Amino acid sequence: SDQRRDHVIRTIRDPEKPNTLEELDVVSEECVEVQELGEDEYLIIIKFSPTVPHCSLATLIGLCLQVKLQRCLPFKHKLDIFISEGTHSTEEDINKQINDKERVAAAMENPNLRDIVEQCVTEPDD
Amino acid sequence: MNDTVALLQKFNAHPDSRCWYVAWNPKGTLLASCGGDRAIRIWGREGDSWECKTLLQDGHQRTVRKVAWSPCGNYLASASFDATTCIWKKKNDDFECLTVLEGHENEVKCVAWAPSGNLLATCSRDKSVWIWEGYLSQSLSFSVDEENENENEYECVSVVNSHTQDVKHVVWHPTQELLASCSYDNNVCVYKEEDDDWECRATLEGHTSTVWGLTFDPSGQRLASCSDDCTVKIWKECQPEGGQGTDTAWKCVCTLSGFHGRTVYDIAWCPLTGALATACGDDGVRVFKEDETADPDQPAFSLSAHVPKAHTQDVNCIAWNPKEAGLLVSCSDNGEIAVWNYQSGV
Repeated sequence: SDQRRDHVIRTIRDPEKPNTLEELDVVSEECVEVQELGEDEYLIIIKFSPTVPHCSLATLIGLCLQVKLQRCLPFKHKLDIFISEGTHSTEEDINKQINDKERVAAAMENPNLRDIVEQCVTEPDD
Repeated sequence: MNDTVALLQKFNAHPDSRCWYVAWNPKGTLLASCGGDRAIRIWGREGDSWECKTLLQDGHQRTVRKVAWSPCGNYLASASFDATTCIWKKKNDDFECLTVLEGHENEVKCVAWAPSGNLLATCSRDKSVWIWEGYLSQSLSFSVDEENENENEYECVSVVNSHTQDVKHVVWHPTQELLASCSYDNNVCVYKEEDDDWECRATLEGHTSTVWGLTFDPSGQRLASCSDDCTVKIWKECQPEGGQGTDTAWKCVCTLSGFHGRTVYDIAWCPLTGALATACGDDGVRVFKEDETADPDQPAFSLSAHVPKAHTQDVNCIAWNPKEAGLLVSCSDNGEIAVWNYQSGV
């Protein structure tokens, strides 16, 4: 199940570049922490580093990670997603936004944003 | 803990979506729920179970985030991510959309009716709180040819921009014309009317992350807030230092920490018993009771009952029945509503 989880993270594509986040080294294995919350439930903590220090793209990557993982993780989980410390100047602001589920839900109802996210999270062979 | 929370009924209210909010009508006989499926559902008791009486599907273009009943129980307001607030009028089991309040620049996060019934407050991600004034027929029965033509006139009387971020919730004081709001900016604001204009009179700082919910105690002397920082804070209005001034001062007189594992999304103070219930992102429902203390300025609360897996996902809302002591409702990201009976041993 660890392998499945990692595979899911790696298939998300960076919106700016045609490669997957894994190929770009935006998300690597050491940045995923898993804690057992109870019977069959896990807390997944992801720290990711965006390839460019650009605020809106970092937020978008965070949003993509939220959406993809919520959909694809086959086990019961809670999710916290953070920008790796030191890689971004407004990381606190970005982290707060991407972990606010109401903001994420509203963003995904914005058709333009939803289209971009859907493109990013689609598996290459979908 | 001698006290218990027993599950009475659990049902799926919003198929394949989040149930964001659930509200009892003033008589405590109906529930209104709303969710990510853009629908509002009205539920009534049939014997021991709850049945869906009405489905309002076409009122909003996006998620319906909150619903609120008017004090007379004849109207319902709904706040949506589509940036509008709808006012619905109840006619037997049906609801008809009376008017749509527009003006917010983006998602409306909350709507609340003042106890007087003439004022409404809304708040939004646009950082503002709007106060609306309108005139609704208070009569419980009416005939077709007595439709009040002014019934659906609502106008905005104030727009207040005291928060610096997304405003999550607004709540009215139970007896005075006083409003409180809370925000993604980690603060709570309290508003009063001065010369026909609503103003922020106090900013309550202390939470270290987004404040999601607010509730007044039965007397209105205290306010409880709940936050993404996993705590609950109790605030009390106190005499400002240095003599008079029109601003009021609110102090944090108690903080409940170490009880919640994740974001506390909602809090409700029971108007009948004084018990305090919370809805948490760790899937749990908790009830706190106030300890008997000598000092009213230093209240203490104990955890009276805890349901760790009240739902299989985040609990978004919690509400006490206004007429039946101990009757409690909650709803969750998994689309379910649960009805509980809280019994205090003492």
